[in-house]
Amino acid sequence: MTELLVGTKKGLFVLEGDPGAEKPFEVKARAFPGNVVEFAIRDPRTDRYLASVTSGHFGPRVMVTDDPTGEWEPTTGLAYPEDDDWTLERIWSIKPGEADGLLYAGVAPAGLFSSADGGMTWELNRAMFDQPTRKDWQPGAGGLCLHSIATWPGDPMKLAIGISAVGVWLSQDGGESWRHGNEGLVPRYIPEEAREGTIDLCVHNMHRAPLRPERLFMQFHGGVYRSDDAGESWIPIMSGLPADFGFPMVIDPADPDSAFVIPMISDGDRVTVDGKVRVFGTRDAGSTWSSLDAGLPQEDAYLTILRQAFGAEGEGPELGLYFGATSGDVFGSGDGGANWFSVHERLAPVNSVRVA
Amino acid sequence: MATVKLRAPLKDLAGGNREVSIDGESVGEVLKGLEQQHPRIVGWVLDEHGRVRPHVNVFLDGERVREDAAVAPSATIHVLPSISGGNR
Repeated sequence: MTELLVGTKKGLFVLEGDPGAEKPFEVKARAFPGNVVEFAIRDPRTDRYLASVTSGHFGPRVMVTDDPTGEWEPTTGLAYPEDDDWTLERIWSIKPGEADGLLYAGVAPAGLFSSADGGMTWELNRAMFDQPTRKDWQPGAGGLCLHSIATWPGDPMKLAIGISAVGVWLSQDGGESWRHGNEGLVPRYIPEEAREGTIDLCVHNMHRAPLRPERLFMQFHGGVYRSDDAGESWIPIMSGLPADFGFPMVIDPADPDSAFVIPMISDGDRVTVDGKVRVFGTRDAGSTWSSLDAGLPQEDAYLTILRQAFGAEGEGPELGLYFGATSGDVFGSGDGGANWFSVHERLAPVNSVRVA
Repeated sequence: MATVKLRAPLKDLAGGNREVSIDGESVGEVLKGLEQQHPRIVGWVLDEHGRVRPHVNVFLDGERVREDAAVAPSATIHVLPSISGGNR
């Protein structure tokens, strides 16, 4: 059985089903009704579930539980310093780190927090917070958000993070210091004469290939890119896609040449191209892309899939792929995208999808 | 001591207490005292700058106030979500 954690505008839905059966999953639980769930994961090291919950009244926080059908507990420490202007607005991402108990959280306004105790208490990464350019950082349409955290398998010192819209940041010392990794990214939304050296770079999603960790893939705000030098520089790989705009991306952890994206019409529209819901996958590091659409709506389907709303499990021929749309529809594939089925219809607008 | 009256979910974070008695000369001080008595409530009513969150209402003896309002020892303070908040 596969358990999906679907964060929505109206709470967390825990879905359970068998991808082999290719039929809708059962709603096992709904948590945080009335609250926005931005993101939720299960930490496989501890079996602890962590959910980023934003209350319209009481603000954002990470909640934890060992049983997603039961009670959740609030965690502490996710807050900006009292003497600064910034107030925490949303928690976009939670990522297990490469040391026991280590977790990261990416938030808006853009900042990185870490936890050394499995997510119960959190501490601000001061090196990122103290960047002298911070007061000039520009938000994307979704806010000024740190959403992508790429750890390096087996090495807690090496990190890459993606911020909308402040580009890629790299650390070689576990987050004690940071530098940019933006060479090759082309922000077409900025006049050509103003692009040189800009850090107004709208990364939408970024993932590292675990079997070849110097390789990263990125969905940019107009463009899909690959880095073969650990994020120092980026190569465009969007040729063959019906559109180079999109938000989410996943990879097959067993195949460092793989990436999967969901193209959407430009930033002015942000819906699936030609009314067809299609995942595009590459198995040759972006040289070619294939449309993976069998079983997905191919007529008059104008969906928006947000940046955290695409998740994966397993690898190779049995790679599970799952994504949800702001329409409340969730789709899945148990065979690497060859065939798709409806996981659930008419949930609340989907913010995030992860396999537990 | 002021009496702070709480509803869900704040009541649950305060150990199920609907009423809590707390010292303080201002609403901000009383709410900070509430956090000290019940640490699970930290960040829910006051933000990281000690301000009452925009979509939380605090009523002091029947009058809607913010964190800087002066509190008499016999005051009653209600803390509850505002109708302007929530998620559409």
